Amino acid sequence: MSTAANCPNCGAPIRFRWSSAVQTVCEFCRSILVRRDVNLEKVGTVADLPEDASPIQIATEGTFHNRPFVAIGRILYEYEQGGWNEWHVVFSDGVSGWLSDAQLQYAVSFLVPMQGLPPSESLSRGQEFRWNNGLYEVTCLTRAHYRGVEGELPFEYWDKADVLFADLGTHGVGFATLDYSDPEPLLFLGEAVDFDALHLKNLRQFEGW
Amino acid sequence: MSAPHPPQVKALNCPGCGAPLTIRGMAHTLTVVCPNCLSVLDAKDPNLQVLQQFEAQQRFEPLIPLGTRGKWHGDPYEVIGFQIRGIEVDGAVYTWAEYLLFNPYKGFRYLTEYQGHWNDVTVLRTMPEVTAMGPRPVARYFGEVYKHFQTAEAETRFVLGEFPWQVRVGEKVTAMDFVAPPRMLSSETTAEETTWSQGEYTPAAKIWEAFKLPGKPAAPVGVFENQPSPYRGGPKHVWLMFLILLAALFVVAMFTSAIAAKQVVLQGDYSFTPGNTGEPSFVTPPFEMKGRPCNVELSIRTDLSNNWAYFHLALINADTGDAADFGREISYYSGSDSDGSWSEGGPTDNVLIPTVAAGHYYLRVEPEMDATGAPMHYSIQLRRDVPSMSYFWIAALLLLIPPIFTTFRSIIFESRRWAESDYAPSSD
Repeated sequence: MSTAANCPNCGAPIRFRWSSAVQTVCEFCRSILVRRDVNLEKVGTVADLPEDASPIQIATEGTFHNRPFVAIGRILYEYEQGGWNEWHVVFSDGVSGWLSDAQLQYAVSFLVPMQGLPPSESLSRGQEFRWNNGLYEVTCLTRAHYRGVEGELPFEYWDKADVLFADLGTHGVGFATLDYSDPEPLLFLGEAVDFDALHLKNLRQFEGW
Repeated sequence: MSAPHPPQVKALNCPGCGAPLTIRGMAHTLTVVCPNCLSVLDAKDPNLQVLQQFEAQQRFEPLIPLGTRGKWHGDPYEVIGFQIRGIEVDGAVYTWAEYLLFNPYKGFRYLTEYQGHWNDVTVLRTMPEVTAMGPRPVARYFGEVYKHFQTAEAETRFVLGEFPWQVRVGEKVTAMDFVAPPRMLSSETTAEETTWSQGEYTPAAKIWEAFKLPGKPAAPVGVFENQPSPYRGGPKHVWLMFLILLAALFVVAMFTSAIAAKQVVLQGDYSFTPGNTGEPSFVTPPFEMKGRPCNVELSIRTDLSNNWAYFHLALINADTGDAADFGREISYYSGSDSDGSWSEGGPTDNVLIPTVAAGHYYLRVEPEMDATGAPMHYSIQLRRDVPSMSYFWIAALLLLIPPIFTTFRSIIFESRRWAESDYAPSSD
């Protein structure tokens, strides 16, 4: 499929930065567009995103372990203690990952296919799991509210409500997230990273800073 | 895609009292506390709904005013929030101040202050590993071991400005401190989660300089839990210094010993028969001592066995007639009993005569023994410029003073540190 198309709603040109994107948002009419075979189908409209203060934006570039990436989309969540952004980043070799910005604490993670993930009902703080030779401990269970999307995503993600997340920590930089958005839980494994280590470019500018 | 840039400093008014409010922490700010009426307001609500109104028994003024910007760790940071938290120990309340620093890219950091002691604090992303080691737990974090200092319930007592979380006066957390001066780890546990932070003891002057604060910071009171000991590197450092100096002293001692003349000036073999009626005393032939004044070693070797002898001795200067009188007793007994063989004393004797000037000398010798004893054969040797290890030992003892003093001071400092902990000797 070509990476150029037009918005079925407003006709504006839609350009994909990543050939594997499944979903994108029209920058002009905010229609949520999903690829169906060769066509783009409008499945909804993004409500106005709340004011947020992530310094990352679409087209922000950076590196993770010397591998360059660019931010092409995001999912925005809110919960009672604030909100956070999961920026969808695509590496130069086509691999897709997530750069999360939770109140300016940054982490990079990747979806890891894993069998036998624990169901959400069985989770409790302090539980330990071993995945890919790492020991992960459940530190926090967060029921978050899906707040909106922007840009290109690797899957359809547009009609969510409350979503349960489990944060798991380690004694190193590693962390894991269990995402219960779908009936089948998803496992993301990653690392906490310092802002400086990401070598971010094309950041959002803040007046006076 | 060009997102609209909202103004970063929002001008608002407190719904409680109408006072102007400033939001500096952008969309990160969840709660803002009116500086005038101290209402805790919901920053996410367009009408700034009042979440809490607290009666402050005492109003605290931040030492670093809200809105102050400084360069901290190479980046600009702005003070946007201030809170006073406290713990209660045996009915006494101990409070400290926390300053929230904000940079829109680097995120949030804290400065904490307790009685003039400042800490530079960051929230950790990695969980330290807490293990019980004996009665005192330790926390391990990236290879460093932190000793448990205190566990207490910390209560928020006063808040001002902005917070990226739901701040409330009266909120309580279980706080644990672990120390490895100059660093410390703190955990705060709520019903939902445990957060860890790391603090580094920071001289107040550094903060005054970074945030261009007027005047001088107040001098810290007492010893803080992660305050580095002024006895740098602890007593280990001074003991290492002591060993280095001791080695140097040893080299000097070896050197002086090597260059000492150790010159034999008199050597004679004699015998003495007790009970003889003749005059027991005699004088040796004269001998000459040359060169600088130096010590003289007198050695007496006898064939005494289960017997004793006393030597009246005088080193006489033939040129001036000056005499140095002294006496030596030699006794040697040995045998065996039910516990095995034993011995007491020895058949030889050495004595050092300090600082003898150059000149001609002779030695006067008068042995004395039990009249019934066996005859004694003995030899006398005089050597000048003999290396003496006693100076070495005196110097070594003097060298011991600084490390012992520092160790003592360090122990006092550490006991003052731990006096405030859960492990104070007097605490229950």
